[in-house]
Amino acid sequence: MPPLAWHALMAFIVLNAILGLVAYVTLLERKFAARMQSRIGPYYVGRPHGWLQPIADALKLMLKEDVVPTAADRGVYNLAPIVFLVPCILIYATIPFAPDLGVADLNIGVLFFLAVSSLEIVGLFMGGWGSNNKYALLSAMRAVNQIISYDLPFIFAALVPVLLAGSLQMSTIVAAQQGLWFVAYPVFGQLAFVAFVVATLAAENRVPFDILEAESELVAGFRVEYSGMKFALIQLGEYAHMLGTSFLGALLFLGGWLGPGPAWLGPLWFLLKAVLVFLLVTWVRWSFVRIRVDQILAISWKVLLPASILLLFATGLWVATRGAGA
Amino acid sequence: MSGYLPVLIFGLFIVGFGLVSLAVARLLRPSRPDAVKLMNYECGAVPIGQAWSQFPVGFYLVALIFIVFDALAVFLFPWVLVLRALGLSAFGVMAGFVAIIGLGWVYAYREGVLEWK
Repeated sequence: MPPLAWHALMAFIVLNAILGLVAYVTLLERKFAARMQSRIGPYYVGRPHGWLQPIADALKLMLKEDVVPTAADRGVYNLAPIVFLVPCILIYATIPFAPDLGVADLNIGVLFFLAVSSLEIVGLFMGGWGSNNKYALLSAMRAVNQIISYDLPFIFAALVPVLLAGSLQMSTIVAAQQGLWFVAYPVFGQLAFVAFVVATLAAENRVPFDILEAESELVAGFRVEYSGMKFALIQLGEYAHMLGTSFLGALLFLGGWLGPGPAWLGPLWFLLKAVLVFLLVTWVRWSFVRIRVDQILAISWKVLLPASILLLFATGLWVATRGAGA
Repeated sequence: MSGYLPVLIFGLFIVGFGLVSLAVARLLRPSRPDAVKLMNYECGAVPIGQAWSQFPVGFYLVALIFIVFDALAVFLFPWVLVLRALGLSAFGVMAGFVAIIGLGWVYAYREGVLEWK
């Protein structure tokens, strides 16, 4: 097969796998949240346990009328869902799901992921600005506040495993965890994982850092004016971003596809770990209350940022004095 | 740069997916607009004026500090890759650099720049 066709086939398979996975992750979250609140959750569509619910949701949103406010800036408003969706799914490009199974195992994988991941703010702000809605604009402004506050701890926490592995390439980082997953690495590993999860919550705009959608004050935040398929694309992007970050967490700290059993079980181990990270984030979401804007700024700039830099340098000192060998 | 070709293809697929799903939805969905429906949503009240008005952005000084630290992050990426080979000397140089930026952070903290206003 010519390389171009091979790349196209691989990209097509990965894209479809991600779309299916993201659809069912929404069902998982709804079921999980329901259980936490002693409810049943989705049940009727696809009995038992509503396993057809994501498909029903997608069809429903596709058939919904698309209401574009007259006051909106139509160009920006219509473009925003696509601009938002692309970085949210493009982050999967550098994640290998097993050795040689993925779109591209770039030698700057982690850098690519971090760079593309923070680009989602562009689409988000376009949506908030283009809607010409006060809630949406406030939400978009808060989102910018959030991204400038938590992108840095996110980067510094992700750099700790990179430092321990000595490479930005995702497959090399996994290979370096052959003996010991980085989350089990004494002190540095656990602290970095905690910092990573906290920064992840904020980067994904999840409770307790969900001030930008804050239902009780901003209705639905930047997507308040979106309906139908555009809304569906934004939601899809958001969940894809969340799951992608969970994959990154599982890869950087939990050993990626490493696990007992034959090699073909690798992708399943990786998926299981990513889903566990996702459930951790969901668990936090349904347990905590939202924190205020000024607290978000203070937690990040006064505590998390200096702490993550110090952690990175402590790990650096450890690595530098030990020289070669993990 | 050939390693980036699959990434480009993947990106094009994502754009294609977005455009196709929007186009399909356009063919399937009803369209019955009316003036009230097309008004901006403000919980039922009639919106007063545009949303594009001037309002204070509480974090603009913090945004400036963000750029400083983001530039620091750019320098840290190559640093973490070569640290093992270069050892303590590389660590010392970068620690000095971060200490200088850290002084700026302490100044910003004491001036109250890191507070929400």
